Amino acid sequence: MAEREVIPIVAEADVVHVRQRVRARATELRFSLVDQTKMVTAASELARNALTYGGGGSAQIEVLSAGKKQGLRVVFTDQGPGIPNIAEAMRDGFTTGNGLGLGLGGAKRLVNEFEIESAAGRGTRIAITRWT
Amino acid sequence: MERIPILKMGRFLLVTIQVDMDDRLADTLQNDLTSRISQTGARGVLIDISSVDLVDSFIGRMLANVAAMARVLDAETVVVGMRPAVAITLVELGLSLPGIRTALDVDRGMKLLREALGDSTSADG
Amino acid sequence: MPQNTSISTLLTQHEGELLAAWLREQTASGARTMRVLGEQDARDQSARLIAAFRAGLASGSTDSVDGAEWEQAREVLSTVSRDGAQAGLTPGETALFVLSLKRPLFALLRRQAGTDAEALGEDMWTATMLLDRLAVYTTEVAQRTRDEIIQRQQAEMLELSTPVVKLWEGILALPLIGTLDSRRTQIVMESLLERIVETGADIAIIDITGVPTVDTLVAQHLIKTVNAARLMGTECIISGIRPQIAQTIVHLGVDLQGVVTKATLADAFALALAKSGRAVAGVAR
Repeated sequence: MAEREVIPIVAEADVVHVRQRVRARATELRFSLVDQTKMVTAASELARNALTYGGGGSAQIEVLSAGKKQGLRVVFTDQGPGIPNIAEAMRDGFTTGNGLGLGLGGAKRLVNEFEIESAAGRGTRIAITRWT
Repeated sequence: MERIPILKMGRFLLVTIQVDMDDRLADTLQNDLTSRISQTGARGVLIDISSVDLVDSFIGRMLANVAAMARVLDAETVVVGMRPAVAITLVELGLSLPGIRTALDVDRGMKLLREALGDSTSADG
Repeated sequence: MPQNTSISTLLTQHEGELLAAWLREQTASGARTMRVLGEQDARDQSARLIAAFRAGLASGSTDSVDGAEWEQAREVLSTVSRDGAQAGLTPGETALFVLSLKRPLFALLRRQAGTDAEALGEDMWTATMLLDRLAVYTTEVAQRTRDEIIQRQQAEMLELSTPVVKLWEGILALPLIGTLDSRRTQIVMESLLERIVETGADIAIIDITGVPTVDTLVAQHLIKTVNAARLMGTECIISGIRPQIAQTIVHLGVDLQGVVTKATLADAFALALAKSGRAVAGVAR
């Protein structure tokens, strides 16, 4: 099993590709079905954000280990406009443009670890991790 | 272009989603369903998601939109076969799919639709 | 290397004698292995280990016991460890089984060496090093087996304590008993949702009469489960909420979000029947 893979997110089909690869790695690591679904759903949300708000970017999938536990980590990066007010963006119901918003708060609830770095004009980097 | 087939069953339309939809396919389905409801005068829409292993906010929104548009066109929508893992994830995400009725399977979904339409005269509505 | 083949030859010539001496040693030392495995089994495994030890020595590979040359020995020890672990032997006891071979083996080596102290030293070192490594291997296998047994028992206990019961066509009940922790609640709730799909339940009753206390996390899991079931098309009723739990819920500010609650499982069942268009009728006897 490869330790790390990078998937470019440039078109809508790439969002599906990210879902499928995250699903495949989560299955390899023997996550429970519910945990898999949560992780893949979070990845889907963030991949879509990278595409629609970030103007395109990439997802890097890695496997981590800490003793007996294994973790699946996906880092989303884009060089888009960035998020000026992260705290506000993380609130449920926060919307930019059309629809339900960035879904960051929701995505955070689906994973064990959530890190975000972003600033206006400087792109966005979000890392999510789930442990077995 | 790939399209998800829509079956007509009497007064109802049945859609079975069996592929991993990208956003474009979801949009196409939403448009196709709205057109078909309008064309056929269907009174009910059954969306079978028993093969779907992931519903994120985009797909959730698509389903809510379909239900809202169907209602404007005087049709009821029922989503059937949601998997436990999907339900648990949606609850965690905070998506409640407002305005959408749900049922465990197609049979129960049909029963719900018939009740909503206030009669049970024929097998498929 | 000449020394190893000499031990190996020694073992070939005196195999029977060594086996007898070792079995006597096992009995005398009071090691539980013989009693737990049974005399016949202990005898068979001891004989097989001596043969495997000889084979490993003869191959000349004495730096470690991980290679193919020592596979036979590892197999014998795996069997002893696993059978022993299942019969209740501790990892330490299975290690002692291997180490108890040292005394009779060294006695044999001393006899052969006579006055050649250097040769005796070399042989004893080789033998002790190999036996120590085999003992460590045995301990690891025994430990792993015990871990597997414990995990299996935990899973079984969890299943036994969370039965989902079909009360009537389309009506399921989940009577929870004992203290709920976050993890157990999660597992139980997921299995309830699976059963709802399997049995096609329109209504599910979660009865917590047998649950002494509930904390915020558990209450939240319960509510999430009710919401998930609702999303799937099934209604839930929570029954058996004791006064203390009701107080805790209010105190913690937990929002039940419109979840239907009933004092007893019986009340919940009556409600479920009514909701599914049924009633209980008296019958003239």
